[in-house]
Amino acid sequence: MLLINCPWCGERPEPEFVHGGQAHVARPTDPSATDAQQWAEFLYLRDNTRGVYAERWRHSHGCGRFFNALRDTTTDHFIATYKAGEPRPAPEAAR
Amino acid sequence: MNEGLRTHSGGRIDRSQPLRFSFDGRSYTGFAGDTLASALLANGVHLLGRSFKYHRPRGLLGAGVEEPNALVTVRRDAARITPNLRATQVELYEGLDACSQNRWPSLAFDLGAVNDLLAPFIPAGFYYKTFMWPRSAWHRLYEPRIRASAGLGRSPTLADPDHYAPRHAHCDVLVVGAGPAGLAAAQAAATAGARVVLCDEQNEPGGSLLADDPRHAPLVDGQPGPSWQAGMLASLAAHPRVTVLARATAYAFFPHNLLGINQRLTDHLARPRKDTPRERQWLVRAREVVLATGAIERPLVFPGNDRPGVMLAGAARTLLNRYGVLPGTRAVLVTADDSAYEAAIELQRAGVFVAAIADTRAISDPPPGVAGANATQLWMHAAQRAGIPVLTHATVTGTTGRRRVNSVTLARHSGLAGSSVTHPCDLVLMSGGFTPSVHLYSQSRSKLTWSESQQAFLPGAPAERVRCAGACRGVADLAAAASDGAAAGAAAAQAALDPARIGVQPRAPATPPPPVLPPHANHAAHAATPQAGGFIGALPRAGTARGRAFVDWQNDVTVKDLALAMREGFRSIEHIKRYTTTGMATDQGKTSNLNALAVVARAQGRAIPEVGFTTFRMPYTPVSFGSFAGPARGALFDPVRTTPMHDWAAAQGAVFEDVGLWKRARYFPLDGEDMHAAVARECKAVRAGCGLFDASTLGKIEVVGRDAVEFMNRLYVNNWSSLAAGRCRYGILLRDDGYVYDDGVVARMAPDVFHVTTTTGGAPRVLALMEDYLQTEWPQLSVWLTSTTEQWAVIAVQGPKAREVLAPLVDMDLGAAVLPHMSAVTGSICGVPMRLFRVSFTGELGFEVNVPADYGPAVLQAIHASGQPHGITAYGTETMHVLRAEKGYVIVGQDTDGTVTPDDAGLSWAIGKNKPDFVGKRSLSRAALVAPHRRQLVGLRTRDPAVVLEEGAQVMERAGARPPTRPLGHVTSSYHSAVLGHPIALALVAGGRDRMGKTLYVAGARGDVEVEVTGTVFYDPTGARLNG
Ligand SMILES: [Zn+2]
Repeated sequence: MLLINCPWCGERPEPEFVHGGQAHVARPTDPSATDAQQWAEFLYLRDNTRGVYAERWRHSHGCGRFFNALRDTTTDHFIATYKAGEPRPAPEAAR
Repeated sequence: MNEGLRTHSGGRIDRSQPLRFSFDGRSYTGFAGDTLASALLANGVHLLGRSFKYHRPRGLLGAGVEEPNALVTVRRDAARITPNLRATQVELYEGLDACSQNRWPSLAFDLGAVNDLLAPFIPAGFYYKTFMWPRSAWHRLYEPRIRASAGLGRSPTLADPDHYAPRHAHCDVLVVGAGPAGLAAAQAAATAGARVVLCDEQNEPGGSLLADDPRHAPLVDGQPGPSWQAGMLASLAAHPRVTVLARATAYAFFPHNLLGINQRLTDHLARPRKDTPRERQWLVRAREVVLATGAIERPLVFPGNDRPGVMLAGAARTLLNRYGVLPGTRAVLVTADDSAYEAAIELQRAGVFVAAIADTRAISDPPPGVAGANATQLWMHAAQRAGIPVLTHATVTGTTGRRRVNSVTLARHSGLAGSSVTHPCDLVLMSGGFTPSVHLYSQSRSKLTWSESQQAFLPGAPAERVRCAGACRGVADLAAAASDGAAAGAAAAQAALDPARIGVQPRAPATPPPPVLPPHANHAAHAATPQAGGFIGALPRAGTARGRAFVDWQNDVTVKDLALAMREGFRSIEHIKRYTTTGMATDQGKTSNLNALAVVARAQGRAIPEVGFTTFRMPYTPVSFGSFAGPARGALFDPVRTTPMHDWAAAQGAVFEDVGLWKRARYFPLDGEDMHAAVARECKAVRAGCGLFDASTLGKIEVVGRDAVEFMNRLYVNNWSSLAAGRCRYGILLRDDGYVYDDGVVARMAPDVFHVTTTTGGAPRVLALMEDYLQTEWPQLSVWLTSTTEQWAVIAVQGPKAREVLAPLVDMDLGAAVLPHMSAVTGSICGVPMRLFRVSFTGELGFEVNVPADYGPAVLQAIHASGQPHGITAYGTETMHVLRAEKGYVIVGQDTDGTVTPDDAGLSWAIGKNKPDFVGKRSLSRAALVAPHRRQLVGLRTRDPAVVLEEGAQVMERAGARPPTRPLGHVTSSYHSAVLGHPIALALVAGGRDRMGKTLYVAGARGDVEVEVTGTVFYDPTGARLNG
C-alpha cells in the first residue's frame, strides 16, 4: 500500500486514490482538426516508462482532486506530487 | 511426566503450574511456559510427525519458527481446528488438544510410509512425469489420489466462530524482533524521542537471550544477559512512547514502509474470553524501520540427517536452558560453527553424556599456553578439558534408528587418516552456522549482497527507509549485536524526526560498520576472534554415501533430488526450486534454502552469488485467513445499499436482486406465484392501469453553474442549448473513443441547473469522468458537480391511470397541455417538495416523482393508497426490463458492451448535429466506427412462439454454423412478453438494419432456433400511449 502525498490533503494511503493514467496528455483543443493518426495516438498510445513516469492520480475518497505525480516505476517511489495544471517538475528539484 | 527428562531446576517454565494436555489422544503433563514441543520431549515423545512425501518419521529439528517437521493440528472444538502449527511455537495451556498430521492410521504405524520404500520410483519431478498418460486417467484416477495425499493438515469444515480485529498504526520507528539488537534499538529510538513500536513473534521478548543459561550468560553492556534483558523490558514497558507487541509476527514488508504484523491474542489461553479477538492484524506505517530479525541455525546435510533425535544444536540449548528439558541422554555433535561447543558443554553440565564433537573444520592445535589462540581453538580446548573428544576435519557417513536415532557414524574427510567410528547415541546435534534472517529486508526490495567471509547473504543497499541490526546483518556476537541495535535505533530516530523530511521515500541510510567492542565478555572464547565457520551445502560424502541426505525436511528434498534436476537440464535456481519443490513448503525453506543453493552451486561449478537466491515472499510464516478477512465477512463483507423504500418493498413480499451493491426489488409475487407469473401480472397491470416502481437507485448528479450548459454540451452528445428550463431530454454520454458509456434522462431545472440521471451502476464512473474533464481539461468552466443519488427517493408511476393516481396528491395541473411528455417541474406532493418528471421507461404515460429521500416511504404509501381504486400494482426490475424491451429502450451495459456506438444502438438521432465538439465526437468519424457491417441493435422474433432465446446466445446466418464460421452477433435481451403474447429479443447483429425481415438462427440448448429480424420497437411503435 503506497503512501501518496495529495497536494491538497497531504499523505494518505493508497486505497483513498484512483490511478488516472499518464499525465500531461492534453486533449486536442479542436479534435476535428486532428487527422486519424493524431487522434488515435491521443486515444490509445501511452508511454510505458521504466524509470520516472508522470502520472495522474485522483484523491477519490478524499478531496476528489486530480493531481499529478512523478513516480519511479522501478521502485514505486514518488519523486513529487503536484497540482493539475502545474508544470512537470525536474526530478532533481523535486527531491 | 518422565521426570528424568527434566532438569532439576532452571528454565523459564513455571514448575508450580503443571498443565495437562493431549497429543494424538494420549494425555501428558507439562508446565506453564512450555511449548507443545518441549512438553512432549519432556515426556519422552520424540516422534512428532511424518514427512510430506515419504512419510518418514520425524522429530524436532528446531525449537522455534524454523521448525519444518513438527507440524501439528490444534483442536478446541469442531469449528476451531488449526492445522500446520509448529509445535515449537504452540504454547501449552490446560487441556490443549493436539494431533500429528500426515499419517494414517497412526503416527507410529503409518501406511503412507510405503512411499519411503518406493522412494527410488518417486524422484524429483515425479508429479510432472508420472501422471501424464493416459489422459483420461487424470480425472478418474490421478487427480483424486493426488488431492487425497497432497496438502498438509486439514482445514475445518465449519465456519470460523472467532473474530479478528484489524488495526492501523503509525510510528516513527518500528523495530522488528526483540532480541538483544531489537531491544537495544527500541530503547535507543525511544530515548531519542521517537514513537516506537517493537514487535516480536515469541510469547516473551528476548530472542536469543531466552536460550542462554542464566548462570553462565555472557555479558551485555557489562551486565549478565538476563538482567540486561529484564532492565530493558521494564524500561520499555514504562516508556510512554513505546508499544511492545508480543506474539506478533511481522510477516510482510509492503511498499512505503508498511508492515503487516499478525498478533495472536488468545491461542495460548485455555479459556479465551469471547469478546477478545483471536488475532489482530496490524498494518503499521513506520517512518523508519529497524529489522532485528536475527539468524536461523543451518542444519548440516549428511545421510540420515532427518531421523528423530537429529536436531539443531541451538534447538537443544533452547530446550535445555529455556524449557528445562534434556533432549537426549547420549549426544554427538556435528558442527561447522563454534556455537555447538557451548551446547556440548552446557548439555554435559546438565548430565547428558556427550560422546563426541565432530567438527567439519580443520582446526590446528592451539598455541602453547592458550594465549593467542583463536576462539575456535579455545572452545575446542574447553571441550577437551571437559572430557569431550573432538574430531576435526570430520564428516558424517550415516545414522541408524527407526523412530529415533540410535547411532551416528563419523569419519574424517576422504584422504585423511583414521577409520570411521560409530557412536551409539539418542541425540545428534548439528550446526552449520547461522543464516541471517533477511526475509523482510528482501521483501522490501532492498538488495542482498553475498559476504564471502560470512558465507551469507547480508543486507545491502536499502530500497526503503529500513536498516538492519544484529545477527540479521551478520553481527552475531551478543554484546556487539546489542551495541549495533542501539546505534541503529538512534540513527532511525534521528532520521524519523528530521524536521526537513517528507514521507517515507527512501534515502539510503549509511550502513555503519559493525561495532568493535572491548573484550569484556565473561568467557575468553566469547571475546576472541572466531575462526571462520559455517558450512553450506552437503557434507563431503553426503552425495555418495548410503542413505538420503535431506536438504529440505518439510518437502522431503534430498541432495540426490537436486542432482537429478540438474542432470535433467535445469540450471536456474528458480526452476530447480519449482521442479524439486525445495523451499516451497510452509516454512519457505528457512533451514534449507542456502544449503540447496550451495549444493546446486557446487554441482554447477559456480559461486553462490552467481547462482543467486530465490525470491523471498510474504508471509514470513503462515497467517490465518481470518486475520486477513478481519471483520469483512458475512453482512460486513460488502456494503449493502438499500433504497429509502426498501422496507416497504420487503413488507410487500418483494424478491430482491443484487445490482452492484444495491438491493433492488425484482418482483412482487402474490400467493404461490413464480417469477414468470408475477412478471406477467405486473406487466399487464402497468399497460392496463397503473404500476408503481422504486427507481431510487438511478444515479443522480446535480450539474450547477454559470457554464453548466456549456459543460453539458461538451460532455454529452445532445444539444442542451436548445433544451428549455422545465424540459427533459434523453442524454447519451460517450467516452472519447466514441463508445456509449452511459445514458439517462437529464432535466434542466433552471438555466444553470441540470438534474442528470445515470444508470444504477454508472453513477460513480460518470461523476468521475465529469470531474476528470472539468478539473483537467476545462478548469476554466464555472461548474459544480454534486452526487445526489442518495438525496432523492424516486417513485415511478407508470400506466394509463398514472395521472389520476397522482393528481389528488400534487399541487399542480398534470394535464398534457401544461405537462407534456418530457417535462420537468418543481412542486410539492403531500406537502413535500418534489421534482416531477413526466418521463417513461415503459412506453406508457408516466411520471417520476423525486422527493427528499427521508420522505420517500411516506410519499410512496400515499401514492399506493391513492392508486388503489385504479388497481395500482407494485412492480420490480424484471417487469421494468420487459416493458422497456417491448419498447426497444436499451440498457447500457446489457444491450451495449463498450464497443457500441450511438449509431450501432440506433441512437444517432440524439446527437446534436451542429455542435463543434463533444466527448467522443471525433471518434465517431474514425474509419473503424463507420465501417459497414458493424453490429447493430435489432429486434428478433422466434418463428416458434414457445421458444424464448437465451441472452448471450450467438446469432448465425445459417443453421448449424459453428466455428470457424464467425457468428453475426449475439442476443442482448430476451423475454417472454405477456402483453404481446410472444417472446421478444434484442440482439447486436452485423449489418442488422439491412437484414429486416430476413431469417437468421440463434444457438439454443435444443438446437438452433429460427428467428426473424425486426425493428427494436415491439409495442406501440407510434408512441401514442406515451404522449397520452
Ligand atoms: Zn486530497
